[in-house]
Amino acid sequence: MADPYLAGLDGAVIHDEIIPARAPWMHRVLAGQSLRIVDLEGNQAVDLLLYAAADDAERYSAQDTIAAQANIFLRTGARLLSNEGRVMMTITATAVDYHDTIGGACSCESNSLRYGHHTKAQHACVDNFLDANLRDGRGKRDMVSNINFFMNVPVEADGALGIVDGISAPGLTVDLRAEMDVIVLVSNCPQINNPCNGFNPTPVRMIVSA
Amino acid sequence: MVALNDPLAARAHARAMEGSTAEAMPVLPPVADDLPTDVAPGDLLWEETIAAGGYASRRLSRGARLRLIDLQGDACASIQLFNAAMPTERLNVADTVKVQWNAYLGAGNLLLSDMGRVLMSIVEDDAGTHDAFCGASNAASNTRAYGDGSNSGAFPNARDRLLLGVAKHGLGRRDVHPCINLFKGVKIAPDGAVTPDFGPFALGRTVLLRAEMDVILVVANCPHVLDTRPWSVTPLRATAWRGPITAQDDPIRKATPEGRRAFTNVDDLYRI
Repeated sequence: MADPYLAGLDGAVIHDEIIPARAPWMHRVLAGQSLRIVDLEGNQAVDLLLYAAADDAERYSAQDTIAAQANIFLRTGARLLSNEGRVMMTITATAVDYHDTIGGACSCESNSLRYGHHTKAQHACVDNFLDANLRDGRGKRDMVSNINFFMNVPVEADGALGIVDGISAPGLTVDLRAEMDVIVLVSNCPQINNPCNGFNPTPVRMIVSA
Repeated sequence: MVALNDPLAARAHARAMEGSTAEAMPVLPPVADDLPTDVAPGDLLWEETIAAGGYASRRLSRGARLRLIDLQGDACASIQLFNAAMPTERLNVADTVKVQWNAYLGAGNLLLSDMGRVLMSIVEDDAGTHDAFCGASNAASNTRAYGDGSNSGAFPNARDRLLLGVAKHGLGRRDVHPCINLFKGVKIAPDGAVTPDFGPFALGRTVLLRAEMDVILVVANCPHVLDTRPWSVTPLRATAWRGPITAQDDPIRKATPEGRRAFTNVDDLYRI
């Protein structure tokens, strides 16, 4: 039986990997290549950072991306901009209405504020990002704004803002095209204190095609 | 043109400038005739008018108060904050809005670091229009809007202003982080649409911040990144004075469980 998650891909699959629940993942995606992220079991937040491969002081900027499209939600066609205003990747298709880029990444420290110090010892996205970045010449100064694919952070009229139940479902996907050579760094979010992973972190699949 | 063909003539020419004033300049030693009545003139730390299109940076000690005044109603103060003792700890805008369950910053809100601590708190705010979402203008956006965005030109962009500001504290490109824009507002619609608010605003709107840690503040004063008007920005006044470290029963400190834990984490850092 044909693999349904390969349907509609342009070009051949050059990398295909399942990120276990709670784990980091880092991969170079070259200009013109596509990255498909599959939310295998549904409502799994995929926290993602981008660095320009040629100069990793240039990196994804949520604020530049929001300002350029005058919208906080990432939908099909969204251009993911760097801190220097260049397009790093484009969302070419998404089966989920929109994705978050204002909610940031969970950390041991922010968990201590949001839930209490009893959560300080739990694993968190920032520790995944640091773990992977430290092996690739980057450090804490390189922790900046991120995207949360498959995560839902609405803003109410009075400014109330929060991570709420997801709008994803098992098998939904998002497709990205690299507009420059990028280092993609993902934390398959381990959070268990809010609905971003349905209180149950699960694996996701990363498919690179060219 | 004065003939300055020898060093002594050049020296005399340079020295003759002493006492000159400009609209945008620091006052040294600081003097301000409009301090709150409970602030002693000797506690004044900083008095500077930041140019339209300019920037400034300052180290502020825990307890210091920082008053920013939008003198002519068209300033846009894009700010960066660092833990002065360990600048890898810096303002985290996403945590600031997420932890406080609130997108629109105002009096009583905290500016949180990426280490679960409160860098500064907003003590007073009669502006009510601030922006945690759109960030700083950059060279590309200013080139599109004004034809040029360079630091050496007439339309400098906020990001490159912040770069110069952080550089003067030994920091660089990896350290310019998402910023908060004070005095220019933004509203978010249910569909995610972002609507900026450029005024016109009243003259003299004021924000009073309190340093909850020893911080490095960097501020750029350039037009908001989404400002569609011809280049428009007016000077920003910064005044800082010494103040007491926030008490345990401070109403801002006590206001929320998340905020109490952020202050508790600050206390823990300074428990040496």
